[in-house]
Amino acid sequence: MVPKLSIQNVSFDYGDGATALRNISLDIMPHELFVLFGPSRSGKSTLLRLLNRLSDLLPVGQMHGRILFDGQDIFARGTDVFDLRRRIGMVFATPTPLPGSIYENLTYGLKMAGIKDRRVLDERVARSLQQAALWEEVKDRLADSAFALSGGQKQRLCLARSLALEPEIVLLDNPTSGLDPISTSIVEESLYELKQQYTIVMVPHSMQQAARVADRAAFMLDGEIVEVGAQKDLFVYPQDKRTEDYVSGRFG
Amino acid sequence: MRVLSRQQTQKVATFLITTVATLVVIPVLLIILMIFYNGMSAISWEFLTQPPRNGMTEGGIMPAILGTILLTLGTAVAAIPLGIGAAIYLAEYAGDNALTRTIRLAIVNLAGIPSIVYGLFGLGMFVLFFQFGTSILAGSLTLGLMTLPIVISTAEEAILSVPQAFRTVSYSVGATRWQTIRHQVLPNAMPGIITGIILGLSRAIGETAPILFTVAAFYLPNLPTSVFDQTMALPYHLYVISTQVPGMPLQVQYGTALVLLLFTLSLTFVATMIRSAMRRRREW
Ligand SMILES: Nc1ncnc2c1ncn2[C@@H]1O[C@H](COP(=O)(O)OP(=O)(O)OP(=O)(O)O)[C@@H](O)[C@H]1O
Ligand SMILES: [Mg+2]
Repeated sequence: MVPKLSIQNVSFDYGDGATALRNISLDIMPHELFVLFGPSRSGKSTLLRLLNRLSDLLPVGQMHGRILFDGQDIFARGTDVFDLRRRIGMVFATPTPLPGSIYENLTYGLKMAGIKDRRVLDERVARSLQQAALWEEVKDRLADSAFALSGGQKQRLCLARSLALEPEIVLLDNPTSGLDPISTSIVEESLYELKQQYTIVMVPHSMQQAARVADRAAFMLDGEIVEVGAQKDLFVYPQDKRTEDYVSGRFG
Repeated sequence: MRVLSRQQTQKVATFLITTVATLVVIPVLLIILMIFYNGMSAISWEFLTQPPRNGMTEGGIMPAILGTILLTLGTAVAAIPLGIGAAIYLAEYAGDNALTRTIRLAIVNLAGIPSIVYGLFGLGMFVLFFQFGTSILAGSLTLGLMTLPIVISTAEEAILSVPQAFRTVSYSVGATRWQTIRHQVLPNAMPGIITGIILGLSRAIGETAPILFTVAAFYLPNLPTSVFDQTMALPYHLYVISTQVPGMPLQVQYGTALVLLLFTLSLTFVATMIRSAMRRRREW
């Protein structure tokens, strides 16, 4: 099978001399939920932000290697980076609604892409909210400020906001940080549905969450990938000593 | 050995600071009260709507009020697009390089230039070099130039205070840089930008020196009909009737000062209202 994303020998530094990513190679398959886990500052967010070129926003930063999306180098000259970000959505650790109503949040990306047809917008709003398991809670108050939602609802709104663009890949950077256990399990449950339609790369909130949701996973440490494998290989029979230590809770 | 306990020191300090702060308010209040007290009796419908008569000792100050309104609008038109544009450039586009540093230095220095120098510059640049003549156009551009540093620095500050996360989210759903600025940054910075504009305007509009050589007329029988006409204006009119016209009733002088004061105060008031209204609407 052809990988959806192929990360080939990618290194990255933030221009301060310290290398944030060191020679990373990974293939991510269509419709899998791929988990990137590892201790803090191991480079998970850095890698995620390269995948939809949010890293372009950094004033400095040096990347080596290639990232192929459906076989196309996303850093190639002439790549439409705005279209890329519509096809590879992202949800951040901190729930960040934009000022404005729930409806405006969900339609913002679509409007920026030039979609103005009210029917299309309404339909995308409803569908993305359903996929993010938020529809029932907000369907009667779409015109309310997005800031009036609870933390867990805000995060599901952010998920819905990226799904409204009908991306092919969703990058989830710790989407359940700061959420209560109930909101967390709602989000986790919706992941099973989501990967039928999307490819998901996720940085989990904890090792336990990684083990619960992953199809495959990669263990990252100090900007390197230590080990990649299917869920049960990695969490039950890790090959590398460092993975084993981390998975069994001996450090991190 | 302690003479005062901690609480007593605290009380004394609070008392002193409150006193000092109150002392600042007193002269302001006194000026306002004095002008109100002496000027109120001059204010009448006639005073506000009629041109001066009888060597300006009678009648009203309508041409000066109108002139000041026109100059306010002209200054706004001159300063707002350029000011906001420059602020957007500095906050969102400019890197940290020699050019940007020079621009910033220039803005800081522009803010410190005495207003009479603006007046002379306006005379040389707009009146003479561009041959706009002594006109509303030349006066507005001069006042606009003077307002620019305030507009730029407050607008830049307002733009920078928009949370970075809004920009990141906007980019992450495929918005371009300009779309992000247009739809996220500017709307959220608007209260601050408007406040800066109005404060800048209200400061510029009370000035006499910048309009002295560029637009203001001692007395005009007719109202201006185009931007190339001269106009009377409140600050200059006040200066004229206080220093140049013998036998001027004190009441008329105070009345004119009161109108000018009310004009600038109401601008400040409007700025405050707009700001709090927009703050309430956009909560984050
Ligand atoms: N904007 C930045 N500028 C400079 N260095 C950065 C920046 N962001 C991250 N880094 C550095 O890059 C390294 C990797 O950080 P990154 O945020 O990718 O880690 P992470 O695995 O996502 O950590 P966490 O689990 O805490 O989110 C760290 O050493 C960090 O200090
Ligand atoms: Mg991170």
